[in-house]
Amino acid sequence: MTAMSMVQALNSAMEVMLARDPRVVILGEDVGYFGGVFRATEGLQSRYGAHRVIDTPIAEGGIVGAAIGMAANGLRPVAEIQFADYIYPAYDQIVSELARMRYRSAAAFTAPVTIRTPCGGGIRGGQTHSQSPEGVFAHVSGLKVVMPSNPYDAKGMLIAAIEDDDPVIFFEPKRLYNGPFDGDPHKAAESWAGHPMGDVPEGHYTVPIGKAAVVRAGNAVTVVTYGTMVHVCLAAVADLGLDAEVVDVRSMVPLDIDTLAASVAKTGRCLIAHEATRFGGYGAELSASLQERCFWHLQAPIQRVAGWDTPYPHAFEWEYFPGRLRVRRALEALMQVSA
Amino acid sequence: MTRIESRLHVPEVPARPGEEPDFSYVRISPAGAVPRPPIGVAVRETVPLAEDLIRVLDDEGAAIGPWDPKLPPDTLRAGLREMLLTRVFDDRMQRTQRQGRISFYVRSWGEEAVSVAAAHALRTGDMLFPSYRNQGLFIGRGTPVLDLMCQLLSNTRDMCKGRQLPVMYHDATRRLFSISGNLATQYPQAVGWAMAAAIKGEDHIAAAWVGEGSTAEADFHHAMLFAKVYRAPVVLNVVNNQWAISTFQGYAGGEQRSFAARGPGLGLAGLRVDGNDFLAVYAATAWAAERARAGHGATLIEHVTYRAGAHSTSDDPSRYRPKDEFPAWPLGDPVERLKKHLIGLGEWDDTRHAALLAELETEVAAAWKQAMSFGTNNDGARLDPALMFDDVFKVLPPHLEAQRAELEAELAAARDAGAAT
Ligand SMILES: Cc1ncc(C[n+]2csc(CCOP(=O)(O)OP(=O)(O)O)c2C)c(N)n1
Ligand SMILES: [Mg+2]
Repeated sequence: MTAMSMVQALNSAMEVMLARDPRVVILGEDVGYFGGVFRATEGLQSRYGAHRVIDTPIAEGGIVGAAIGMAANGLRPVAEIQFADYIYPAYDQIVSELARMRYRSAAAFTAPVTIRTPCGGGIRGGQTHSQSPEGVFAHVSGLKVVMPSNPYDAKGMLIAAIEDDDPVIFFEPKRLYNGPFDGDPHKAAESWAGHPMGDVPEGHYTVPIGKAAVVRAGNAVTVVTYGTMVHVCLAAVADLGLDAEVVDVRSMVPLDIDTLAASVAKTGRCLIAHEATRFGGYGAELSASLQERCFWHLQAPIQRVAGWDTPYPHAFEWEYFPGRLRVRRALEALMQVSA
Repeated sequence: MTRIESRLHVPEVPARPGEEPDFSYVRISPAGAVPRPPIGVAVRETVPLAEDLIRVLDDEGAAIGPWDPKLPPDTLRAGLREMLLTRVFDDRMQRTQRQGRISFYVRSWGEEAVSVAAAHALRTGDMLFPSYRNQGLFIGRGTPVLDLMCQLLSNTRDMCKGRQLPVMYHDATRRLFSISGNLATQYPQAVGWAMAAAIKGEDHIAAAWVGEGSTAEADFHHAMLFAKVYRAPVVLNVVNNQWAISTFQGYAGGEQRSFAARGPGLGLAGLRVDGNDFLAVYAATAWAAERARAGHGATLIEHVTYRAGAHSTSDDPSRYRPKDEFPAWPLGDPVERLKKHLIGLGEWDDTRHAALLAELETEVAAAWKQAMSFGTNNDGARLDPALMFDDVFKVLPPHLEAQRAELEAELAAARDAGAAT
């Protein structure tokens, strides 16, 4: 075990896979010599060469299209989209091609591509460096969609994604790259060192895609969340001294509805929290699925906390971000309802 | 594990940190050597113009050859002033970012002529679609630096009402379109703007700018094709400053073929221009603008220049290129070259230059002080956060109205608790 930040854990996952599997290639903008704008691929080109860790032109559609072709020809490409906000030029390749290659060719052709992309806010990046578009991809049949919330999961899930025979969109909450974040922007930045999930094996291991994790056990209410909001919700629950169960979804598609539903059936109350905008967001799917399974157990309507339905505004980052106060207020209201 | 012997071609960067700068790949024509055809010339006649390098200023600072726009000294002095103002403004804003006053900044150091000369060569009615490194277009069109600073500060006078990352300006009255953080998106929009001008029978044209790295995006190609098909009155500029972030122009397809050559390749006129030569940029832009206005179609202009500074305040170029490459850049410094030309004409001297520099520094410092009085990131007056809900739509829909009320309740609760966590 070694103490790793999330960036280091991701780097380690790619290093492990480059070493184990000659089919693995990395491609993306600035990922090669430079090692990526967030340093996730640092040192990989010098160790594995410019033919396996490939700097690309600034063309996201080209990156994903080429990755599909490479995968169809036997490689295991790990494509980086520099920011999730810049994934849209690749949208057609992802939705019309990547997601459906297996289906439309009756499995004659497949595209085991992993697309890594930093998402989420909290770094003063304004509307073009802060978005959380996981819901947009979760809605597309044929894509696995995941988002880890800590270094241990990040490495294990990235290895699982690269080994997966289906395409995986791998969202990385960039605010967590170098440390956990409880939603308080005024505090000094924390590091992963000393955090239990910052202890990461150096070698190969996987964290299965399609499994949620109960990160805090409790009986009074279930908080269903993922990404940066896992840490924000844990802090809000601690603020209130609530006996809450906090579940990290980790995998949006496939969804581990059994783990989520078991928790909600037990507590009878559920708050769903994500950074992405609320309307038509992934939280709506969670809410609908849980309501279908747990309706007769519920003591209150399922509630959601999310980013407001506006673009991400630069100057109002912390008024936009669904921080601890917003989570606390929602939890307080939820706890007051009695059926 | 099987070893793969790759046969892939991977562009080789000429020089990495610790190595001597190497610009031997940059093809340079002597000043005055490239012919200037009439504006109505057939696209195929521009093929050599897209590979050679249009230059007016020679090494001694004299203006020579058919592309000399023969500008009056007043225009040259105005250009020098605006380039210098752009540089002084950039330096000052870079420092304020380092002090934590603004969250992000992008300098245009070394590329000032590309924007400022174009601002002079185009008419005020023409619509400009800048990239984030074209602050010289705003300064050249007269947007007060105070307005730019207020945007950088996201303060109470911010033209974007706090919604945009620093440098993503706009100036509707001076016809400068809203800058996007998403690369190359404004390119086809500029073509559409020009098509609309043609549909409406106006003689305004549009002009757009992208970096050479951004030419990789599909939008670049969409723009050229629409411009070609409809002979749209538009000038499409590629600012080839040799670098995207860490990747050099070879990764955008610049090896062996110029960016300008994509113009004739797609059916547009193409010009390759010394981007650090104020007169050459002016002349090429004026030629392309006149061609567009006369109905002969669009031109792709490649401005060959060098990004002297970091990509942005988030970047550290010493990780991927030699330190101090700029002094080795064969096309020099645009400010120094225009200054030398003016001195050679007897229209300028070092004393006046020093006085101008001091005056601009005072002007920028005064503007900064004033901008800060309208609030900063960290203290002073702030925009009302509820403003974030305006302009999502023209009329606020009910769900946003409800969210705005929720935010206001949340902010009130935070005030009551005395903490905004
Ligand atoms: C669609 C999209 N992809 C990636 C980025 C991230 N990015 C911002 S600037 C940049 C480099 C652009 O280089 P170039 O076009 O040469 O312009 P320059 O910065 O040199 O002026 C990159 C990759 C982005 N802003 N938008
Ligand atoms: Mg560039």
